[in-house]
Amino acid sequence: MSNWERFVATFLDPVVAARYFPDILAGVGVTLAAGIAVVITGIALGLSLAVLRALAWRPVVWLVVAFVDILRALPPLVLLLIVYFGLPNVGVVLPSFVVLWLVLSAVLAAFSEEVFWAGITSVNRGQWLAARATGMTFLQSLVWVILPQAVRLAIPPLTNRTISITKNTALGSAIGVSEILGRATSAQAFSGNATPLTIGAVLYILVFIPLVLTSRWLERRYGWRRA
Amino acid sequence: MDVFLDQFFNIEIMWRVAPLILKGLGQTLLLCAILVPIGVLGGLGAALLATSPLRGVRWPALALIDFFRAFPPLVLLIFIYSGLPFAGIRLEPLPAICVAFFLNSSSYYGEIYRAGIESVGRGQIEAARSTGLTAAQSFAYVVLPQAVRNVLPDLLSNTVELVKLTTLASVISVPELLHSADLARSLTYNASPLVMVAIIYLVLLWPFVRLIARLENRLT
Repeated sequence: MSNWERFVATFLDPVVAARYFPDILAGVGVTLAAGIAVVITGIALGLSLAVLRALAWRPVVWLVVAFVDILRALPPLVLLLIVYFGLPNVGVVLPSFVVLWLVLSAVLAAFSEEVFWAGITSVNRGQWLAARATGMTFLQSLVWVILPQAVRLAIPPLTNRTISITKNTALGSAIGVSEILGRATSAQAFSGNATPLTIGAVLYILVFIPLVLTSRWLERRYGWRRA
Repeated sequence: MDVFLDQFFNIEIMWRVAPLILKGLGQTLLLCAILVPIGVLGGLGAALLATSPLRGVRWPALALIDFFRAFPPLVLLIFIYSGLPFAGIRLEPLPAICVAFFLNSSSYYGEIYRAGIESVGRGQIEAARSTGLTAAQSFAYVVLPQAVRNVLPDLLSNTVELVKLTTLASVISVPELLHSADLARSLTYNASPLVMVAIIYLVLLWPFVRLIARLENRLT
């Protein structure tokens, strides 16, 4: 067997591929469902936290900042294991998919709150004053004048962060969520062949390359430069 | 409430597993000491290639950076650690982590350096060259220092992400913090060791998270 043949038999075996492909492909649905759910709840929660912080009530601001700081400092895998193995001990049993969704949403909420908050503070003070002077209430000025500008500024950095957090859905394999990686590793164990891992890797690339290219395009389009 | 405290903040259990966790902390610090320099230097290399004036160099470099940014690091690590042995390449856990993190974090650091390098005006390079510095000298003494200063918060925050990412090593049985804590959890049937490790990460990383938040606010 030549080297090339051995490589193909190990990583691209057509028989193994045909056998396990449908199962791993089903994992794409789970990965996408988890990713989309996390993006929706995470960004919605992050935006709500930024709005709460804008109200400038001291205790609320402190709570928001503490939440954000803690979730930025903790590795998501540690959080996943605490919630997944800890909660059943106090009588709360959640399916592993729900645990993955809750934890990653909280992490994304923390990062997106920071980005939205940076956007809100970077909108010129005059915009606030002008909005209030037209007779809008505080909330109206925030929703109709400040947030549209802040969200625009937030889009490019938010895209990058969102991609890296949705890639963390692969961590779900550690708590038994049957997404792409979980299915690929068990298929690899059953078949004694690395082809399922190759399939998993290719599927991840197919899911995430369009997102990475979109983020490049957004960065150019909005001309975001920190410096 | 008592049940909650007993399950998550059990001081007695934390005290009992402390020696194990401390050993894990040593491994985690060792991993950081190896992986952060690999990422910082690899990223600089990647950025140099990705800003090259030669299209034949720049495009493949950008393609590789995008490829590894799209690849979840855990998938990469498992591919290298449990996939390559089928092809006769058997890496010990530590080298496997080094290879996976080199590919993953070089791409992330590379993108940050690239943004920094592009933020330095062309006039700076022209001025440096006209004073008689070579191309390499003007890059090292003029462009790079300004580039790094411009993207310092991003570099720092990527480093915090990298430190958090070392927990992935637990998946391939490196006895670092999270692996030790999970072992202790399965021995004691109690989540307190995991909470203890969370507190250690918080103590280690919270100062940096604060610093980053302040730097970001100052720059915007």
